[in-house]
Amino acid sequence: MTALAVFEYHFVGYRRTWRGTVFGTFLLPVLTLLGFGVGLGAYITGGVDGVSYVDYLVPGLMVSTAFQVAAGESSWPVLGSFEWHKIYFAQAAAPLRVADILGGHLLFVLFRVVLSAGAFLLVATLFGTVHSFWALATLPVVVLFGAAVAAPVFAFTASITTDSYLALLFRFALLPMSLFSGVFFPVDQLPLGLRVAAYATPLWHGVDLCRAATLGVAPDWSVPGHLAYLALWVAGGWWLARARFRKRLVL
Amino acid sequence: MTEGRPLIEATGLVKRFGGFTAVDGIDLSVRAGEAFGFLGPNGAGKSSTMRMIGCVSPVTSGRLRILGLDPARDGPAIRARLGVCPQTDNLDPELTVAENLTTYARFFGIPRKVARARAAELLDFVQLGERAGMKVDPLSGGMKRRLTIARALINEPELVLLDEPTTGLDPQARHLVWERLFRLKQRGVTLVLTTHYMDEAEQLCDRLVVMDAGRIVAEGSPRDLIARHSTREVVELRFAAESQELFVDKLAGIGSRVEALPDRVLLYVDDGDAAVATVHDRALQPASVLVRRSSLEDVFLHLTGRTLVD
Repeated sequence: MTALAVFEYHFVGYRRTWRGTVFGTFLLPVLTLLGFGVGLGAYITGGVDGVSYVDYLVPGLMVSTAFQVAAGESSWPVLGSFEWHKIYFAQAAAPLRVADILGGHLLFVLFRVVLSAGAFLLVATLFGTVHSFWALATLPVVVLFGAAVAAPVFAFTASITTDSYLALLFRFALLPMSLFSGVFFPVDQLPLGLRVAAYATPLWHGVDLCRAATLGVAPDWSVPGHLAYLALWVAGGWWLARARFRKRLVL
Repeated sequence: MTEGRPLIEATGLVKRFGGFTAVDGIDLSVRAGEAFGFLGPNGAGKSSTMRMIGCVSPVTSGRLRILGLDPARDGPAIRARLGVCPQTDNLDPELTVAENLTTYARFFGIPRKVARARAAELLDFVQLGERAGMKVDPLSGGMKRRLTIARALINEPELVLLDEPTTGLDPQARHLVWERLFRLKQRGVTLVLTTHYMDEAEQLCDRLVVMDAGRIVAEGSPRDLIARHSTREVVELRFAAESQELFVDKLAGIGSRVEALPDRVLLYVDDGDAAVATVHDRALQPASVLVRRSSLEDVFLHLTGRTLVD
């Protein structure tokens, strides 16, 4: 209940800046679709796994966008809330629990994630690259996936005091992850070591699920398996993030 | 409802951070309607004590009751009835002045409509009514402080905690904050504040404790403390010599205490003019003489020492 008041706080802030993000939210998918899908796709004449490259790529890019929004929204804004404007400490002085402060912010991040993914899906549908009504299932999947990414990033950010560590996180963990987790090409192409690493990331599981949904085919892995694995990231990330938040806010 | 019962009761209160003891077994009791101050140099344990009272910092040992409740068990219930103005402003710079209050009100479960009405009323109270729609970022330090105080009042708290409410403000801004806090006090709101400004303590506090190195070294009203730990008047003498120390022996016996500082000698006396006459009788010729009333500052420096604490 009180986590909703925290969500509302973040939402009020967003209401003042949403116009700036709408442009990026819609334009980015259009540009990436044109650049990668149509431009690059023209050279990939054989398609991938029996579908045209652009159709193959769209769900990957959609999840990749969700990935970036989830990670971006749970890094700098979280650090700022601890270190710069220190709003978390103001919240901790109110009758909120640590779980409300964390949960309310996480809820807002998921709202941003589903908004971006939804915009991408809409654009992709207009481009005719979505082939099944199952595509609607990508939205709840993306929420779960967003939490699987955001929760551990919350935990990481709550453990640092300067943003140079965030630059490291993005450069050495999140960027490679988005290159090698099945967004642009099937992970079967990768040597075994990298392939195992790709399977370990939440990204591959999100991509595989969403790709199956927009193409209307069965995923490479079992659906419950994917969901359970993502839920594991959510649970582990939440548990860690709550511990880190508590350590920093209640001392 | 809490009439007569202490709002804050602490016995043997201790706070440790690893091997460091920030608060070393203090006892205190604050009654409803009182303005109570913690006075002390940096690192004395004032803020750690305030954070324990604010239920954001667990007690290491000892007993603490706020509004009759146990912070370890009833933290959120206590915080719902407190107003907290922290040492550094933690407002949201991206939100407007009014939104900072209305969003904060929601953390207390205050309905949106009530929150808007209260925000408007409080902004008038802290003289920010005309800035309601402005962003927080361009506000001056004094305005931000007043906004933080307004935010601390959004839930109509029974007890308001203010950690160094005027540190870093210019004199006009300080006086405005004092005046508003004084009005709150008149309305019967219990104030607990920390400060290292003696004038602030004298202006606002009915009762205060002086803290040093995690302990309470004195307690009483400002007037009590001056009477108990200092003399009625202080004579400040400046000698045109390299070392003021040279004059300590020659001044011995005048008043109850003689203290040499690098640039002047202080005589703690009951009758300043008589003491000055005695100084002249001893054929001493100070370059300047100042007789003044003893202040809380004299008490404070006497109790906590003149060494700089960083």
